Amino acid sequence: MTKKIEAIIREEKLNDIKDALHAIGIVGMNISEVRGHGRQGGITLVGRTGTYQVDMLPRIQLNIVLSDKNVERTIEAICGAAKTGNIGDGIIFVYPVDEVVRIRTGERGHEALMYEGDIDTLPVQE
Amino acid sequence: MGFFCSGKDIKESKTMPSVNSGDTAWVLIATALVLMMTPALAFFYGGMVRKKNILSTLNLNIIVMALISVQWVLIGYSLAFGPSTIGLVGNLAYAGFNNVGDAPNAAYAPTVPHIAYAAYQMTFAIITPALITGAFVERVRFKTFLVFIALWSTFVYGPVAHWVWGKGGLFHNLGVLDFAGGTVVHVTAGFSALMFAWVIGPRKGYGKVTMEPSNIPFTILGAGLLWMGWFGFNGGSALAADGVAANAIMTTNTAAATAGLVWMLLSWRDSKPSVLGIVTGAVVGLVAITPASGFVSPLAALVIGGVAALISYNAIKFRQRLQLDESLDVWACHGMGGLWGALATGLFASKAINPAGADGLFYGNPGQFLVQALTVVVVAAFSMGVTFVLTKALDKVMGLRVSPNEEEVGLDISEHGEHAYS
Repeated sequence: MTKKIEAIIREEKLNDIKDALHAIGIVGMNISEVRGHGRQGGITLVGRTGTYQVDMLPRIQLNIVLSDKNVERTIEAICGAAKTGNIGDGIIFVYPVDEVVRIRTGERGHEALMYEGDIDTLPVQE
Repeated sequence: MGFFCSGKDIKESKTMPSVNSGDTAWVLIATALVLMMTPALAFFYGGMVRKKNILSTLNLNIIVMALISVQWVLIGYSLAFGPSTIGLVGNLAYAGFNNVGDAPNAAYAPTVPHIAYAAYQMTFAIITPALITGAFVERVRFKTFLVFIALWSTFVYGPVAHWVWGKGGLFHNLGVLDFAGGTVVHVTAGFSALMFAWVIGPRKGYGKVTMEPSNIPFTILGAGLLWMGWFGFNGGSALAADGVAANAIMTTNTAAATAGLVWMLLSWRDSKPSVLGIVTGAVVGLVAITPASGFVSPLAALVIGGVAALISYNAIKFRQRLQLDESLDVWACHGMGGLWGALATGLFASKAINPAGADGLFYGNPGQFLVQALTVVVVAAFSMGVTFVLTKALDKVMGLRVSPNEEEVGLDISEHGEHAYS
């Protein structure tokens, strides 16, 4: 089974998280800039005089697709690097993926996700 | 050598015996510096609006350069500086730049060509209505705006410039001091902005949704260029490359610097030292020193700038409490900064700095302060009155604002069919 991990993270934690993911053998990923808020509601910014409230905060959405045997390790790596303990650290969603196609080769499914040295090519660690 | 004694030389030496090349060079450079302030203002304002309105806001300023340049040649210069009609407005002797040539106009600038003086003054006539645009950004209907600006320049700027600066002008005859336009430029623009904002009403969602500045770096760039351009604005107003010009540049810089620092401290006291606040403070200092720059000492400029920041900072807070969407605080920064500067000129002016000026209250001449106060009160009331009539009439005839849907989409697309970023 193939899964997609979608993690909403702090912008400033992206580098730490990338390093943590590389360390466990995650090769492919993509990110997008998103805005939103969870329970913390927003932040206060300073204007000409006094402050104003901004409710949609900039965050990074990190997308990774991999086989489900490695999902837990990946989640652990992301949480380990993304956590500050303060409100606003983010959230992780995991979805099933129906199909994967690598455009260059036409490979499908699990094959399309394999890179040399990728986490999915390594033996599962316990 | 008769060759050099051509007919042209003889003619020139007869018609313009007193043109000074140093003075003329400085006035021409100052003309370019002040012209640059209008695009600088465009960026200062543009950075503070939402990104769907940034082109519209830049354009409100840029188009004023084009519109008023034409108005100035046709009629504007003559209304302001033409021979006086009972002290109220210039007559049409200089309309179409008739009689405005290379011979100096001794009434205004005896050592530079008349046309250089008129060109220099044009750059002031351009930036003044551009200042008002901060009041109604993000909702004004463009074609109505064009008509408003042309009428405002003709019925407010021209007459007020004549009252204060024109030979034979109403307040000029009373001896009012306005070195570079604290009253003519900033009080007219600031108080007209207040009235325009009141008539047009707030932006859709004002006070309910956050209206974030789209590009504060643009605002800082604009403020920096304004600061630089202001050396031409105030220094050039000496109309000579002399000690008064140098003093004006030094007082200008001192007031800007002090006001920026004071604003930083106020912002810090309330939360953190906002960069937007610091540059706003610098501009407020520049506004306040404008009428005084050629008449006061650098130490007086320090006080004028520092107090200006206190006044404008609190004026913004007051305006916010009224829930009046004078969007970019033209009144608080230019109206109140200019008003304070005009009054401060009546306090700190000294003949020791500029023998052509006058002494203020602190140098034993309370009458000067009264003349300054009378002038700003009349000019502020007149500016608001004419702006009220113009905006109400134009609202009836053409409509002042775009439709609610056009406003939500943003003026870049709805008024200009363009977007700032692809």
